[in-house]
Order: sequence, then C-alpha cells, then structure tokens
Amino acid sequence: MSKPATDPLTGSGGRRHLLSVGDLGSEGIREILRLADSFAEVNTRAIPKVPALRGRTVASLFFEDSTRTRLSFETAAKRLSADTATFSAGSSSLSKGESLRDTAQTVAAMGIDCAVVRHCSAGVAVQLSRWLDAAVINAGDGCHEHPTQALLDCYTIRQRLGDIEGRRVAIVGDIAHSRVARSLVAALQLLDAGVTLVAPATLLPPAVDAWGVGVSSRIDDVLPRVDVVYLLRLQHERQERALLPSLREFHERFGLSAERVRRLADHAIVMHPGPMNRGVEIGPEVPEMACTTVAEQVANGVSVRMAVLFWLLGAEPAAAAAADVEASPAPERASAAEVSSG
Amino acid sequence: MAERSRLFIAGGTVVDATGERRADVIVGPEGTIVAVGEGLAAEAAGADRTLEAGGCIVAPGLVDLHAHLRQPGGEQAETVLTGSRAATLGGFSAVVAMPNTSPSIDSAAMVREVQELGRASLCQVEVAGAITVARAGERLAPMGEMAALGVRLFTDDGKGVQDAGIMRKALQYASDLGVRLAQHCEVDSLAVGGHMHEGEWSSRLGIPGIPAEAEEIMVMRDVALSRLTGAPVHFQHLSTAGSVAIVEAARRSGVRVTAEVAPHHFTLTDESCASYDTRFKVNPPLRPADDVTAVRAALARGTLDAIATDHAPHTADAKDLPFEEAPPGMLGLETALSLALTELDLSPAEALALLSWRPARIAGIDDSHGGPVEAGRPANLCVFDPSAVWTPDSGGGASRSRNTPYVGRRLRGRVRHTLVAGEAVVVDGEVQR
Repeated sequence: MSKPATDPLTGSGGRRHLLSVGDLGSEGIREILRLADSFAEVNTRAIPKVPALRGRTVASLFFEDSTRTRLSFETAAKRLSADTATFSAGSSSLSKGESLRDTAQTVAAMGIDCAVVRHCSAGVAVQLSRWLDAAVINAGDGCHEHPTQALLDCYTIRQRLGDIEGRRVAIVGDIAHSRVARSLVAALQLLDAGVTLVAPATLLPPAVDAWGVGVSSRIDDVLPRVDVVYLLRLQHERQERALLPSLREFHERFGLSAERVRRLADHAIVMHPGPMNRGVEIGPEVPEMACTTVAEQVANGVSVRMAVLFWLLGAEPAAAAAADVEASPAPERASAAEVSSG
Repeated sequence: MAERSRLFIAGGTVVDATGERRADVIVGPEGTIVAVGEGLAAEAAGADRTLEAGGCIVAPGLVDLHAHLRQPGGEQAETVLTGSRAATLGGFSAVVAMPNTSPSIDSAAMVREVQELGRASLCQVEVAGAITVARAGERLAPMGEMAALGVRLFTDDGKGVQDAGIMRKALQYASDLGVRLAQHCEVDSLAVGGHMHEGEWSSRLGIPGIPAEAEEIMVMRDVALSRLTGAPVHFQHLSTAGSVAIVEAARRSGVRVTAEVAPHHFTLTDESCASYDTRFKVNPPLRPADDVTAVRAALARGTLDAIATDHAPHTADAKDLPFEEAPPGMLGLETALSLALTELDLSPAEALALLSWRPARIAGIDDSHGGPVEAGRPANLCVFDPSAVWTPDSGGGASRSRNTPYVGRRLRGRVRHTLVAGEAVVVDGEVQR
C-alpha cells in the first residue's frame, strides 16, 4: 500500500519527522489526507476523542507567538489522548543567553515523544531534528515552511472542489516572506495542481523562475482563470521597509475586494490562512461570502494535525504493530483507533 | 622565549619564487638560513635536530592576510596564542590579525597590546588597524600613530566603510604613510538582514539573502576611489564572478588594486546551507557554482593576488543557534594550503605564490617572509608533503574553536614542519609549544 516517505535529512525511510512538505512526497500527502478524513469523522462525535496516542507526550515548543497554530495542535493531540506540554520562549535564543541546542536538550531530558516547533528563524525544526530523539513537527520556521498549514489547505481544497489534480491556484500577496506559500506551492506541485503567484516584484521570492510556477502582477487577469485564490496575510511593517508604498495601494492593486470576487468562476473558492487584515489583502465583506473557506480551514486544521500526529507516532511502540499498521489501508488505520476507543 | 638551535632539513625539494630544486637546508641558531644545496649532510653534522623532508616541498613560510584571532574580547573562541598554533600547523609563519576585536584595534594602545600578545605566540603576528574609530565608519582612526608602530594594513573588516566620502578621505590621509587600506566589500543597505547568498537556494530555504551586488557595488566604488586618490586598495575575501571581473578590468587599466580570496569561496557553494548547518554561514556568503568557477579561474589566471583564510573561530555555543542568529565565520588556518592543493588546478609553486610571497608583499613583510630560500634569509619556512592525504576530524585542530566545514573531507597535501625565525614550531605535524 502506501510507502513511508523518505526523509532526505536522516536518509532513513522511516517517518521520523515532518520538517517540510517535500519530506512527504505525493504519496505521503495523500495518505495524511485520507487519515484526516477518518479523524474528521471522530471530530463530529459527541465526545471527539480516541485513545490512539494514550501515554505519548506531545510538547509544543513555540519560540514565536502563535495562539492559533498552537491551539490547533494541542486540540489535535488531546483528541488523540496524548499528554501535552507547552514550552513558550522568547523569539530569540540569544536573548536568553542559551543556545538552541541547550534548549533542545533541556526539553529532551523531560522525555517527550514529539516536539511541535515554531520559530521565527528558518531551519530551526531541521536543526532540532538533529539534536532530539523525539519526532519533530515543523509548525512554522521563519520564511521557510509550515507544512501542516499546506496539508490542511489541500484538505480544504479537496473537500470543496473534489480533487486537486489539474486545479489552478493563485497565491496572492507577500510570497517572499511566507512560509505558508513555500509549503503550499510544494504541496500543490506534488499533487499536480497549477500555481500562479500574484504579487509586486518586491514581494516575490528571489530567483522565482526556479520555482516552476506562473508569475503575474495583474490580479484581474488571473482571477477568471483560477479555481482557488489563496490570500496571504500582509505584514504591516512591509511598507516601512520600502517594499510597498502603502497598504492602501496594495489593496488597490492586489487586494481581493468584493468587486474582484465577481471576476471569479462560480465554483472558485477564496482561502486565507489567517489572521486576516480586512481591507488590505481581503475586502472587508469578503470573509463572510460563501466562496470563502476560512472557518473550514481552521476546523480542518484539527483533523489534519490529528492525522499528522497519528502518522508520526501511531505506528509505535511495538515494531510488529507498526508493521501491521503499515500494511493496512490508511482509512482502516483510523478505524482501528476507533475500535479500540469503544 | 623561542628555543633556537641548529637545524638540518634533509632531503626535500625547495620551491620558491625563483624556481624549484632538490636541496637540503641548514638553519643556524640565530634564526637565519645558513646553507642551501644538495648533499649537505656532512656539513650538517652536529646539527641539534634533523627534520626529515623526503618527498616534501620546502617553501617560504605561508602568510595569511586575514585571520581573526579574537583577542582581546573573544578569548573563548580563540586567543593570539591558540590562533598562532593553528596558523603554524597550517604552514603559516606570519598572519595578519584583523582589528574587529572587542574593543576594536583602532588606537596605538590597542596595537601595542596585540603586538605584545603576538610576541609570545608561535608565529609572526602582524596587526591590522581599523580605518575608522570603533569601525563605525564615521571618524578616521589614528592611522599615523598605528603606522608608526609598524601597522601596514588597515581595514574595518567585518564591515565595509559605507560612506564613500569617508573612504576617499581615509585613502588620501593614509597615502603618505606607506600603508595599504583593505576593504570588506559589502553595501549594508543591500546586505543587512541577509544570512546567505540571495538566489535559488535562499529562495527555497526561506533564509533572507545577500545579493552578489552588495559586494560588487562596493568593489566598483573602491576601484573608482583608488583611481581618484591614486592610493592602493586591497579587496578582502572576494566571492563573486562580478567582483573578479571588476578587479581584472581595473588592473588592466592600471588602477592599483589587489585582491584576496578565501578557501571556502573556491571550495563550497550556497547549496551547503540547505542543511541549515551554521558552520556554512560565513560572510561574504558561500556563492553558487558559477561564482566558485569564476574565482577558481581567476586564481589560475593569476589575476588575484592571494589566498587568505578569513579564519573566524566561534564557540560551539555561538554556532548552535538558529541559522539567522548564528554569527558568520569558519576556521581556515589549518586547511587553507591543503584546500589550495586539493581543489585548485595549480602547481605547488603557483599555490605558494598565492599563499606566501604575493601576500607577503601586500602585508609589507616581504623583507622577512616569502623571499627565496637562500643563505642569509630569515628561516621562516613551511615544509609540506604534497601527496599526503588526510581528513580533518571534528575533535581535531589547534584552534580553540571547532567550526570547520571540512570535517570528513579528503584533503591532499599536509604540513609537516613549520619554522618561524629559525625555531621549529611544528615538527612532524605536531605543535612544539
């Protein structure tokens, strides 16, 4: 059935960590989306909880504030009956006078099975994966990646549009500084969707030609041709760094106003990872329109993160049990969890 | 102080700027070369020590134009003494210590302090002074007072002098001091906030980048300022194809510029940063393969003057940080010669020109370093086996720090003995004190 993704960083075939979307490969993504279907069903129950990860400890290591992502992961862990722990720290290790490695070893000494890591610097999850025995999930590292966001976005697209292959997706806004965009582009390309980046050149990543995507600065030309418009949050300080003249001008040229929504095909959807800046990247009334999926993305985030946690931790501890789970089709893995919950 | 004795270097091949010949070398207790020639064994009878040099090249000691010895202020990472051990293990008999210490070497008092530390070290330590006070790029440092103490090279290394007007005046002011100003070429407004080369890899890795143009614009500017003032400018650690082309064009038109390249800029590419391993974080950053190729080609053409290590020790604690927080820099003194011999398509004499006699002239120490191996000359010598293969390991080295990216890499050519002013400070690959 499904093969475990090869981890390019450890060289092993095991599913040790989730550091970037590329670690998963298309099969890995599809498997997690199938698992998420089963956990979405769990989440509709009166008591949305299964004992799949009972006795396992999932620690949130958030070096950067993020109430939403942390809450989503902790909810997912609790619904799998895992124990959760939270480590909040300042955004800079230097400010504490402790090296990142020392921090990691402190956490490791507490004996955790999984570290969910958020940091403002790219690559921290990769670095921690070299220093920790625990599974590491990248919950956002600088401008690099945010793989679970891309997975929940793919899940949402599939839920709304039925499939992802062949779909055309426009990602609009601050691509250069967006870990969401890097993960989402990787995932969509693995699933054979077409991607167009829409942004002023100051907000495009360097060497964008190598990304293998379309690029446009004319949103009005792009909108009629796409199935999905994905809006990125625009950080307010961008205009102070001369990347933009003003937020108002950005909204004029690139914001998805209600007017522009009318240019979309009837079936097209509008996505946003949150939190939104109404009146900047998205028109003030657009979030409430039926084409917008923001609330579904948040709900799906819990199911997808349950799937990721189960995918990384659920196959252990017994090697034999792992082999059994590997051999069974993904949906049955979740139903196995269901049975044992009864 | 130095233990000097009569030494016999037996059975090697002497290579210097004058050519190559099989010759033994006898060094006298006063620290100078006494005799050079074939079959000196009889003459050497009674030497205190014989240094075997069979299969080895006996060359003028190497001269590093660019070493961060971290003292004062960074003693946890390196001291002048430990840095000099690393230097001599790498075949260097002289190094130029960069002034970006804490505090900066920007006054006569600071120069004296580091010169004092240098006298107690294993190799000759030339002190570079800062061009501006505290390397802040605003007011000229007392270059005249520092030059009076023997300082021959000035730089704000670690950063470039940003203001063109200040740099012009620094060049003009220093023009009668018999010194050379050296530039770390990087325009802050393009580089600040960047942590690796800006390109395909930085784009993929989400690490803010530094474009090649941040370096090239300042190279261009300082070529123009050298032309304007008539003063020489030395370019430090050039890393891009564009910089190389600008320097070559400037030299063809007669502008008095010289340039050095660091070993990592002809051996490693920006792809190394894909592991987020902070040992590969360096400034200027590792560049793409096209730049590496251009740098190697220029070294082969002889249009660049020197290989300089940019030896930049950092403690493990400092490097075990997120990529965007870790300080830039990697070790270089112990691997530079081997990398030049392994990676570059150069004869030993061509490699030695870049590592010994040409940098000796730029440093202003060619009276004592880099000269021909002949009787009467100071015995600053490097004896190395050009065919020995070795692999740096993570525990190794004489530096106080361990931040080398070359662990596990097979290198060809290894230093066997190093003599500084007649003292055998490295014998058979072991530092003697």
